[in-house]
Amino acid sequence: MKPAPFDYVRPSSVEEACRVLAEAGGGATVIAGGQTLMPLLALRMSQPFILVDINHIAALKGVTRVAGGTRVGPATRQADALRDETLARHLPAFVTALGHVGHYQTRNRGTVGGSVALGEPAAEMPATAVALGARIEIASVRGTRTVPADEFYLGPYMTVLEPDELVTGVVYPDWPDGHLVLFREVAQRPGDFALVGLVGALALESGLIARAGVGWFGMGPTPIRARQAEDALVGSALDRIDPQAMARLALADTAPFDDHHVSAEYRRTVGARIFARALAETLGIRSAA
Amino acid sequence: MSEHVIDLTVNGHRHSARVEARTGLGEFLRDTLGYTGTHLACEHGVCGACTVMVDGVAMRSCLMLAVQADGAQVTTVEGLAAPDGTLHPVQQALKDNFGLQCGFCTPGVAMTLAAVTRDHAGEGLEHALTSAMSGHLCRCTGYQGIRRAIRQLAGDGMREGA
Repeated sequence: MKPAPFDYVRPSSVEEACRVLAEAGGGATVIAGGQTLMPLLALRMSQPFILVDINHIAALKGVTRVAGGTRVGPATRQADALRDETLARHLPAFVTALGHVGHYQTRNRGTVGGSVALGEPAAEMPATAVALGARIEIASVRGTRTVPADEFYLGPYMTVLEPDELVTGVVYPDWPDGHLVLFREVAQRPGDFALVGLVGALALESGLIARAGVGWFGMGPTPIRARQAEDALVGSALDRIDPQAMARLALADTAPFDDHHVSAEYRRTVGARIFARALAETLGIRSAA
Repeated sequence: MSEHVIDLTVNGHRHSARVEARTGLGEFLRDTLGYTGTHLACEHGVCGACTVMVDGVAMRSCLMLAVQADGAQVTTVEGLAAPDGTLHPVQQALKDNFGLQCGFCTPGVAMTLAAVTRDHAGEGLEHALTSAMSGHLCRCTGYQGIRRAIRQLAGDGMREGA
């Protein structure tokens, strides 16, 4: 269980990191917390020539308020983000989901950006970025760009990131004060990747749902936004919402799969159940589920 | 493959060594420095046996490179007991409550429990300790001895009984 040999570099700025990535011509891999990458290296599923350690780049750490949202530096430790007062106040759905990422020991080292950038389809952070409408800031020697989270993920561990690009920030837009959090996941044990999970936010305005963002994880090759359910929810009066019908709509956007844990059918059944329950519970309405 | 000279402190002792970039922290602690109290089992972040403290924070030493611990203060299970051999409260609680059998997972468990007891006080401690145990696999005890040790550490071990 030993990684294949590689060179290790520890840039101290984003510019330096981008330069190394560009010069490596696709042979470099970025390491942040390493809580997913280190196993991939140990199992030799990943064999970079150069490992670029971004843990010493101060500009990539910390949580800041920006116009209309909250920016999380990608190298911010998950444990630090969990304790962050700005995130607790502005992004309760993010904090709820983050509490389900890995274990105490891995959250102490793992980073928010690492989880977002890797794109494990059953992980909480990519789905949270998609659900809340986050934008992912990216840099390379060629310049910078920003990609909406729901256009960032292409497949399991596949994203629009080019080999020479680095995630430099994840910006979560503000949701109205007092918005509600939707979160439910089913995993074999706490801390395991979810078999099925959903995360989202709902903003109410005079008895109507004014804004909805819902993302699935473990329900397809990427995190999946439940667009049809979001569209149906927005404008609905709370007393007119049928959680079961919404669950069916939410499932319509998913593409669940069989794996060695459970079947696609299990994922659909459980997904519908937890969606209806989470929605009913969050809105305080009755569900037949 | 690059090699790096690193300086770090382990259990209060300073060490300097040359490491290959790919050498894991756990492997380095055991094979180079001889701190064999840190146990490596799965070596890919699943079992928790290799948990140590890096700058006071509990983490898996198989999921970190030795070169990344350059400049860090590392604490291993050898650093838990007092210099006169008096066990750390966590070690004592595990011993008192049969919280170990073969002992393979125990160093990691002890490091996690020590970090959590240091950081939490009062009401939430038992819950925090129990939650943090999700990061450890123990194949002998069925966890009940460890849970009794946790209750003792949380202060109601006497009331709950063994």
